[in-house]
Amino acid sequence: MLIVVYHSVIGLTQNTRGLRSQLKDSVPVTGLSPQAGAYGVPDTLRRGFSSVKNELLPSHPLELSEKNFQLNQDKLNFSTLRNIQGLHAPLKLQMEYRAARQIQRLPFLQSSNLAFDTLRGSDDMIGFEDILNDPAQSEMMGEPHMMVEYKLGLL
Amino acid sequence: MATLSVCQPQYGGFSFENCKRNALLETEITKLGCSIPAARKTGTTICGVVFKDGVVLGADTRATEGMVVADKNCSKIHYISPNIYCCGAGTAADTEMTTQLISSNLELHSLSTGRLPRVATANRMLKQMLFRYQGYIGAALVLGGVDCNGPHLYSIYPHGSTDKLPYVTMGSGSLAAMAVFEDRYVPNMEEEDAKQLVRDAIAVGIFNDLGSGSNIDLCVITKGKVDYLRPHDQANKKGVRTGDYKYKRGTTGVLTKAVTPLGLEVVEETVQTMDTS
Repeated sequence: MLIVVYHSVIGLTQNTRGLRSQLKDSVPVTGLSPQAGAYGVPDTLRRGFSSVKNELLPSHPLELSEKNFQLNQDKLNFSTLRNIQGLHAPLKLQMEYRAARQIQRLPFLQSSNLAFDTLRGSDDMIGFEDILNDPAQSEMMGEPHMMVEYKLGLL
Repeated sequence: MATLSVCQPQYGGFSFENCKRNALLETEITKLGCSIPAARKTGTTICGVVFKDGVVLGADTRATEGMVVADKNCSKIHYISPNIYCCGAGTAADTEMTTQLISSNLELHSLSTGRLPRVATANRMLKQMLFRYQGYIGAALVLGGVDCNGPHLYSIYPHGSTDKLPYVTMGSGSLAAMAVFEDRYVPNMEEEDAKQLVRDAIAVGIFNDLGSGSNIDLCVITKGKVDYLRPHDQANKKGVRTGDYKYKRGTTGVLTKAVTPLGLEVVEETVQTMDTS
């Protein structure tokens, strides 16, 4: 009952675009408990009551484009590269990306991604992702055993 | 299971975690007949002009938030690189952080290439960044500088569109300033004429636009030389009071006078050095 009521509330605020197009654009939040806040329990004050629509739709017009920015940028670069040099170039670069991405610290520690950044050319660029909300300065750390198990697919 | 949500990879950048809460609060408050605080109005006059061998940038120095003057002498001409400067209008924090970010990027770029950065590079970096954020970063900029290809002047809008023109204006006083430029601009001006023209354009913005005021800052960029004049001119000098409204000594007549000495005795006297560091 509660969920139905909340739908109508959200419907008032986020009616800037059609629901269908928003759903098409939206990427479901992956993770074990998308409603959970920083401490694992549902954060009702920040995210409202849980509802399906609430989890599917972005809360800010920029949220989706920001989430997919790097992905789209890489895609664009790969397709440009393919048009210029042929299919082998993006394939080889993707292989290198994949190799560089595997150089990581344990999952609960922040990786510097130095090799990966150098390969992508983002090591000599400063963006908002480097100064705002930097994950290297996060005050929270997941539980080591659990995060390693999660990464290895045991959990 | 308490820490499982930390399993998701964390990314830096803007955080949208309060947007849902704010939308929720907004609907609840509107139902009660109240409204949430609106964004403050901003106002500025900034402009720039290309002259014979360089660029002159100009700005007023008033920072407003709504009807309140927040700062009477703020600096709106930001450093980008030794040969490029940038005037900012719009949200003060956004212009400040945007120019700092591009300045850092250009410094890294010029360190890796070993040359002075070009104005076109700065322009492209700024427009790509502003376009990425779709106008949510409220920075309207006037970018000017001198590089190996001569003087260049760009105006950059918050949504990421740019113009390359011999004279540009931005901000709420831009219409007044543009009127002066349209009237008196001539190609290949001398430096003094260009400075006077920019000074007059900003002054017109200061006197006709309520969002602009106080002093006039100028930045003259020529090949290998930057002249940052702050303040170049004070448009509104405080007037000198002609009358003296203080009462003279002895205006109030003394009727009676009684002096009562207090019987105090000095018992002990010590001298200590005061720590003035």
